[in-house]
Amino acid sequence: MSVMRLSRRHVTQSLGVVLATFALPSPSVFGQAPPNVPFSLRNNRKLEGWIRLEADGTVTVFTGKAELGQGILTALTQIAAEELDVGFDKIRMVSADTSQGPDEQYTFGSQSVEQSGGAIRAAGAEARGILLAAAARRFGVRAEELQVRNGTIIAADGRRATFWELAKESAGLLKGDIALAAAPKKPSDYAIVGKSVNRIDLPGKLTGVPSYVQDMRLPGMVFARVVRPSRYGARLLAFDEAAVRALPGVVAVISDGNFLAVAARREEQAIAGRDALVSSAHWSDDAVELPDMARLRTELQKLRAETIVVGSAGQSEPAPGQAKRVSAEYSRAYLSHAAIGPSCAVAWLKDGRMTVWSHTQGAFPLRGDLAKVLGMQNGEVDVVHVPGAGCYGHNGADDVALDAALVARAVPGAPVKLQWMRDDEFAWAPFGPGMAMKVEAALGSDGKIVDWSYDVWSNSHAMRPGQPGGVNLLAAWDLKTPFVKSPAPHIPQPFGDGDRNAVPSYELPRKEIRNHLLLDAPVRNGSFRTLGAHGNIFAIESFMDELAEAAGSDPLAFRLAHLRDPRAQAVLQAAADKAGWAPGKKGDGQRGRGLAYCRYKSIGMYAAAVVDVEVDRKTGVIKVPRVVMAADLGLVVNPDGAKNQLEGGIVQAVSLTLKEQVAFDRRQITSRDWSAYPVLTFTEVPSLDIVLMQRSDPSFGAGEGSLPPTSAALANAFAHATGRRLRGLPMTPERVKAALS
Amino acid sequence: MTYRLTVNGLSHEVAAAPETPLLYVLRNDLGLNGPKFGCGLGQCGACAALVGGKLARTCSIALRDVGDDPIITLEGLGTLQRPHPLQKAFIEEQAAQCGYCSNGMIMAAKALLDRNPKPSDEEIRDALADQLCRCGTHNRIVSAVRNVAMEPLR
Repeated sequence: MSVMRLSRRHVTQSLGVVLATFALPSPSVFGQAPPNVPFSLRNNRKLEGWIRLEADGTVTVFTGKAELGQGILTALTQIAAEELDVGFDKIRMVSADTSQGPDEQYTFGSQSVEQSGGAIRAAGAEARGILLAAAARRFGVRAEELQVRNGTIIAADGRRATFWELAKESAGLLKGDIALAAAPKKPSDYAIVGKSVNRIDLPGKLTGVPSYVQDMRLPGMVFARVVRPSRYGARLLAFDEAAVRALPGVVAVISDGNFLAVAARREEQAIAGRDALVSSAHWSDDAVELPDMARLRTELQKLRAETIVVGSAGQSEPAPGQAKRVSAEYSRAYLSHAAIGPSCAVAWLKDGRMTVWSHTQGAFPLRGDLAKVLGMQNGEVDVVHVPGAGCYGHNGADDVALDAALVARAVPGAPVKLQWMRDDEFAWAPFGPGMAMKVEAALGSDGKIVDWSYDVWSNSHAMRPGQPGGVNLLAAWDLKTPFVKSPAPHIPQPFGDGDRNAVPSYELPRKEIRNHLLLDAPVRNGSFRTLGAHGNIFAIESFMDELAEAAGSDPLAFRLAHLRDPRAQAVLQAAADKAGWAPGKKGDGQRGRGLAYCRYKSIGMYAAAVVDVEVDRKTGVIKVPRVVMAADLGLVVNPDGAKNQLEGGIVQAVSLTLKEQVAFDRRQITSRDWSAYPVLTFTEVPSLDIVLMQRSDPSFGAGEGSLPPTSAALANAFAHATGRRLRGLPMTPERVKAALS
Repeated sequence: MTYRLTVNGLSHEVAAAPETPLLYVLRNDLGLNGPKFGCGLGQCGACAALVGGKLARTCSIALRDVGDDPIITLEGLGTLQRPHPLQKAFIEEQAAQCGYCSNGMIMAAKALLDRNPKPSDEEIRDALADQLCRCGTHNRIVSAVRNVAMEPLR
């Protein structure tokens, strides 16, 4: 195991990788760009690349971000309507599409309101300013004397001109670059931003209007299915092609190396073709040896790793001698995205151009990887985002896009719809990696932490397409002429990878935090909601309770004593107040209450959770009757939308904490359906109480930050109820019973 | 083989193999989008429709077994312009995130309210217990169903 300290050179190098792949803002790389340029404008400066006035009196607003079910298109519509002073219903959003609109890389990391919202805000203000100036010229008055109402500019004497009339009058009006000449509105003047607005896409989705890539129907479209072996590493030796070709409706059987797929005129015929291929295909006995699930923590710690110190302070001073030392080790299972709809794509090779409709999180990066594998130029491939089932990170969306494109190449001229079957999704999509965490700390005589040491082991949580050094698409690794996997990027703090949120937000005079990035990846790894933050906050916040107990402190008071940020203190206090936190109250063996805090990515949203549990000591089942959360999201664009995101994150976190683990034996993934990968159901979902802090500061994304503190607070509630602590997730009935016996 | 189906009040003739799951006929032959493919195993409920008035998993019913039972899908409840009270309530409660499971939720709620117009929250949760939602909008869905149940005239 090599220990690498981050020198200045390493920081620069790793930033270089990150900029290429994650496009983090860095003034040094963007050269002359003034620091106040919104991030997403830096490479997309054309005003008409963001906002276009249409002849029919509407406004088209382009974003490079994608609707994943999080409501981003609605929030961005609010921002555009606000800055332009145009009615909400006059705005049409176009989302991530390589054939039009800005390249905003990925929709991830709870950054869309910040990045795309920031750009649309600036673009909207710019367009409004230009139109006002044009109207001022036409009326011979000063722009300050004009008013804008729903896209109509009104002079003091009653003369009027609409945005569309002005734009028609001088065609080049909005053609230039965004000069950032107009100041966006002050939050105190907002009329639509900050109000709860219903999602623009839900009425269609709830009444059966075609809304998803699964609903696409193109003329002459054929249906395809892919066939994969039962385990990683197996090679395709033989299959009965003639028999499958003879099946009704089959139009193509595609094999290339270990990639195997079938296309048919009807969907059920493609599925029958897949079944026939599954039974006739012979695969080699090769397998990747998988870790022993029963000892996941120590198994992970045995893998080859690159160790990086990602945070330290006070290390030049010796560790205090007489302090009380406490240590503990934690783990988290591999997690599946488990979207209700398996991944799907439509691909069409027509006149030498490949168009792929996909629910990817990164249309532009996916386009680049697809082009590489297909041997085409970027300009010959388009990726258009169309919603799919819920997206909680890097699921099978990108992989199925390549699968569909490979089939489309075999049936040129015919559009191909390829949806994965349930077992494809559960067995082959990237997982949120399993994690092992070890914490050691020392308490001073005043009950405060004087030393902190932390280690986290996990594979990279960042293996998306579009990264240098290879191709991150499943089928690409299986072709006769295979592509290599891109190496894991180095994502510096505070974003981090497996080490996201590994550096605690608490005031710690002496600390060292090490990330052991595992280099062997026996189980396929990728980005799941919060990356490493879920496991790290579970460990850190569990351990804070263990330390509080060792110090004889109340968990709330202990945390507050180690926090200086008033916003952090405020969310903790707000959650505790809402829940009626009673210091010193003991659990009764069955019922208990736990608390946890997290500032997501150390620079994002603040959240504190109070979770109640009821433990059935006989069955080992933990019930969660109630979760209270206080969250500080800065300026909230759509309060109900943000609340919906927080609620969803809490429910998902309860599910992860109590139930979820990807199951495998030493050769293959065994959790391939919903009975083997259960998720929380209606009768198990807690009642939720959300407190949104009122702020007018810049917005923090709400998509992820509610998960980590929920899991940790649940673990703390169990320990409070029973006096026993579970340090491995999930907290299954078997583990509960073992802990209580 | 050709089969005659009554879907959302209209009679259709479809030609498909007898073992074809009803789901693909609804989606691909009749162009309906409500019922969704989720698992093909009858585990998640995304494909739900009412068959003969009962909640059914259309991924697990063969075309030959449908018989004369009339089928109601999400589209048969209401439209974008004239949504059914349940669809309206889901919109008012914003009871969805990705919306992929919503078809099953609304159809299961319809089946519940048809047999029990005034269910308790517990009865609503029990009725939806086999419908999976991954985005975590369960409580909003329960609220939406409760709101419809509490409407004086439905």
